[in-house]
Amino acid sequence: MPRGDLSDQSADLSALQPVLDVQNLKTVFKTRSGEVHAVNSVSFDVKPGELLGVVGESGSGKSVTMMSLIGLLPSPPADVKDGRVIFDGVDLLKADAKTLRSVRGGKIGFVFQDPMTSLNPVFTVGFQIAEPLRKHMGLGKRAARARSVELLELVGIPDAARRLSDYPHQFSGGMRQRVMIAIALACDPKVLIADEPTTALDVTIQAQILELIKDLRQKLGMAIIWITHDLGVIAGIADRVVVMYGGQIVEQAPVKELFGNPQHPYTRALLETIPSVRGPREDKLNVIEGQPPIMGAAPTACPFRARCSFRHDRCDRENPVRRTVGPGHDAACFHEFSHGA
Amino acid sequence: MFNFTIRRLILTIPTLLFISFVIFLIVKLSPSDPTGNLPLTIPAEVREQIREALGVNQPLIVQYLKWLQQFFWIEPLIYLENATGWDLGAGDATRLISYQTRSPVMDLIMQRMPQTLWVVGTAYVVGILIALPIGVISAYKQYSVFDQVGTFVSMVGFSVPPFFSGVVVIVLFSVIIPSDSFFWLPSIYDTTHRVTDWDSFVYQFRQMIMPVMVLALQITAQISRFTRASMLDNLNQDYVRTARAKGLRERTVVLLHVLRNSMIPVVTVIALGIPSIFGGAIITEQVFKVNGLGQLLILSIQGGDVPTVQTLTFIFAILIVLFNLIADILYGLLDPRIRYD
Repeated sequence: MPRGDLSDQSADLSALQPVLDVQNLKTVFKTRSGEVHAVNSVSFDVKPGELLGVVGESGSGKSVTMMSLIGLLPSPPADVKDGRVIFDGVDLLKADAKTLRSVRGGKIGFVFQDPMTSLNPVFTVGFQIAEPLRKHMGLGKRAARARSVELLELVGIPDAARRLSDYPHQFSGGMRQRVMIAIALACDPKVLIADEPTTALDVTIQAQILELIKDLRQKLGMAIIWITHDLGVIAGIADRVVVMYGGQIVEQAPVKELFGNPQHPYTRALLETIPSVRGPREDKLNVIEGQPPIMGAAPTACPFRARCSFRHDRCDRENPVRRTVGPGHDAACFHEFSHGA
Repeated sequence: MFNFTIRRLILTIPTLLFISFVIFLIVKLSPSDPTGNLPLTIPAEVREQIREALGVNQPLIVQYLKWLQQFFWIEPLIYLENATGWDLGAGDATRLISYQTRSPVMDLIMQRMPQTLWVVGTAYVVGILIALPIGVISAYKQYSVFDQVGTFVSMVGFSVPPFFSGVVVIVLFSVIIPSDSFFWLPSIYDTTHRVTDWDSFVYQFRQMIMPVMVLALQITAQISRFTRASMLDNLNQDYVRTARAKGLRERTVVLLHVLRNSMIPVVTVIALGIPSIFGGAIITEQVFKVNGLGQLLILSIQGGDVPTVQTLTFIFAILIVLFNLIADILYGLLDPRIRYD
């Protein structure tokens, strides 16, 4: 898939100071049937203006990681145990509730998966967009309204001024997701976290939303963390990709490098599951056999070993840590793949 | 919405006519004699004359139509004449007369209405005021000590009938506690008591405590359970996460976003419960000797007082139909997704 016109702008990203720096994040859920270690020592960073793709199967800890950063997980059962999340020079995990609230919706915007249920059905769209504006930017009623119109126009909703007084059910799914994006962008965030924003939408609407995000990113220049399990989407828009499995990051690389030279068996397996439209038609779709693990304890072995075709003895004894395998590219695997394989 | 209301109002006419006919038939078919409570020394032919005078020997359909005419035409006319002083020619018409007391049924009802409204209405208001916060807090802190205690008390309120809890509080506050104590409460509700000064107000307040307490326990139990369930439904919705992601205070999230949605079914239930205020708490009124509408109904049934039973029952039916309509309209007003036109 083409990378679009963003490649040149992202070339020197590595030299920049990260806008969000996550170190060793650990999140544990306490349930009746024991603990679930959903996020295990996850470290990553995002540079200003960068689009970081986060991929993985359902249950790999993508969403939980992002929700942990900003204290959106209900506690109990969730417990963010360890780690640092440096944003704007502050560790968000140690920040008090007030600071966190000022970051949420103010400096970090969120777009969620299902636009049909993510908006409050009993308040007008105008009210819901104005809420963060009045809260974080201290705008009055009239100023908030003016800015709301501006935002709706920015995300491409026609007849914006009139639609402010409409309720969410009067919008289609794609339009609602645009409203969600408008809410997330309301206060000019430095980081936009998009948690599978196109999953619930059909393909044409999905394409429209992707175009919109690309466009907004160029206009507004914020960093974006894009969570998805759709590798096609990632190939289309990301600068850098993080692959998650079993609550940890197993591979991290610039997008071209990841698709061209995957160094973790899981990433390879994922790429093989994508059916190709070229070449001879295949009878059966490729799948990764088995289920992703539910981590009852902190991992002491490679979480992927049960489904891995490159399994070593060492994988049962030790959990591999990410090691550099190329420029800006690291993978958590003991197996050495020949370069460019 | 306006058209809907008009349509529904018109539709209530055949509904109410049908209900009135069914009530009439049921009451008429019961084997009771209006002269049954008269002294045994009255000779049979005099009894027959009394029956003739009461009109019970006429064909059923004539009796029904007469009742309809009296209820819908003569009684309103007389009340209108009394209120305005006009002469509308209703002066000599036969009013709906109670068999038992030989006084107009409507006057009996009007005399007893205030007691019922005061005692049962206060209990309803008190019950709601206690139930809403309990419901909200127990849902927000689900399975906390507060929630567990609330659940227990609600179960007690649900399952203990007022004829038991009423007697228990009478034994506690009127019998065990000595009558010169500050905590002693009168077990009989004195309806002849007039509030003229502070002391008489205090007495009125004290005599209301027990019946209100007994009734409010039931109402609180119902509505707090209902509020809790409705809050729990909404607390896990995606829009709540969106509200938190906007950086809103927890108070705003719960008391604005969640509560506004949760109140939709609760308000409907409250509206549907209002007719029962007028219906009077039949048993509770009996226990505390409140001579309200409930007690009037029981006495009339015992005395075979057909006009009173029929009129009272029909008034309850009107209220139920009316508040069903009001509940529907409220539903439409509270939930923007529901539009009747």
